[in-house]
Amino acid sequence: MKYVFIIAGVLLIPLTIAAGLIWGERRLLALFQDRYGPNRVGPAGLLQVVADVVKIFFKEDWIPPFADKAVFVLAPGILIITILLTFAVIPFTDNFLVLDSNIGILFFLGNSSLGVYSIVLGGWASNNKYSLLGSIRASAQMLTYEVFMGLSLVGVVMMADSFSLREIVEAQRGSWFFIPQFVAFVIFFIAGIAETHRTPFDIPEAEGELVAGYHTEYSGMKFGMFFVGEYLGVTLISSLIVTLFFGGWLGPAFLPPAFWFFFKTAFFIFLFILIRASLPRLRYDQLMEAGWKILLPLVLLNILITGAAIIYTGTL
Amino acid sequence: MISILRSIWLTFLHSFHKRETLGYPEKKPYLPPRYRGRIILSRDPDGQERCVACYLCAVACPVDCIALQATSDSNGRRYPGFFRINFSRCIFCGFCEEACPTYAIQLIPDFEMGEYDRKNMVYEKGNLLINGEGKYHGYNFYKVAGVEIGVKKTGKGDNEEPPVDIKNLIH
Repeated sequence: MKYVFIIAGVLLIPLTIAAGLIWGERRLLALFQDRYGPNRVGPAGLLQVVADVVKIFFKEDWIPPFADKAVFVLAPGILIITILLTFAVIPFTDNFLVLDSNIGILFFLGNSSLGVYSIVLGGWASNNKYSLLGSIRASAQMLTYEVFMGLSLVGVVMMADSFSLREIVEAQRGSWFFIPQFVAFVIFFIAGIAETHRTPFDIPEAEGELVAGYHTEYSGMKFGMFFVGEYLGVTLISSLIVTLFFGGWLGPAFLPPAFWFFFKTAFFIFLFILIRASLPRLRYDQLMEAGWKILLPLVLLNILITGAAIIYTGTL
Repeated sequence: MISILRSIWLTFLHSFHKRETLGYPEKKPYLPPRYRGRIILSRDPDGQERCVACYLCAVACPVDCIALQATSDSNGRRYPGFFRINFSRCIFCGFCEEACPTYAIQLIPDFEMGEYDRKNMVYEKGNLLINGEGKYHGYNFYKVAGVEIGVKKTGKGDNEEPPVDIKNLIH
């Protein structure tokens, strides 16, 4: 019974946060731009989410006649499923987690690779050149950034001596990993922004060039699923950063562990939105150049130094 | 790299800045007295209509939204029989106010004239006339005009000399 409760919680909490972010992001962006944002519907505009959802449900659920219908319907689902599955291995607190997997990090990396299918298939099934261009860009971008997203975690895994996210948090009882693994943290954060294709790296949906990229042909709740999927991705990457580099639920004992986890996650979600508010979109070649020529050598160097330090101090 | 961090920091600082938005329906904006908004017809200090129905506003109007017809009372005082402004056409350029020789037609700082029915955008004379002098106080056209319509005798106006007695050889 307790297990069902935890699964329901792990499903509901990220979905609630992601839905809240529809409102939260607009309010925060407005704050950074000296505006108010949605503040009319309900207290402080909170019911804007409800209004948006009602509106999006009443829209025509249009599937273009030239589209590959089965794949077209499937694509947004893949995105949500892969992200929600990854939440299963994230330890919200010591005992509030669905699955204490001994391959937790690999499970996350595998799922985020599967998530690329959603975008590629969505763009392909739309049978539209802008959608296809967007999904080609997305696949190239996500393949590039997946490489050193995985590699940046190698240092953490070496220090914690485990792939289990719970044990990685436990290993940070002394000091959080963002101090020795600062380079890895920065690179993971950049790769995370690219993974969720948020603003400095939002070239797959670059509205100035590609209409809306891979979800040009989507409307109604199918578009809404891509939309919520993006916010779910932001929540996921933020909670992973907290788990891997900022000690997960660890924190001063005067507040419950769950509070520390959500507080730290909220901070990184805030940072995601702040970065979106301040940085312009990269050019496609700049993105690839930064990935392969700068970040990849850096992350390899980080693994080398971490390994050397572990052997030198003999902690392994 | 430094410039990226700097721009993120500067964006963050904006969250402590004053917001530009004015919560409009609750907080009204300040409109200067010469703001060109809703058009009104004013009265002179004696409470009579200032408009002399000269048609200059209707001629000046670039979108032809003003329609009026001149009549005159038993004293010979001209006034508009009807005066109609179609505000769904009006562009609030203020040319009518500039053209008016008697300060009768004026634009005032009010723009909240939304209607659900387009026909309600047509204002008749009763809707346009106000019980005051508008922006120009103390001005009465017939006090300075040469024509006599019962407001003052010829030669008794402001800055007006008595009429020349053409039979008097000395003057």
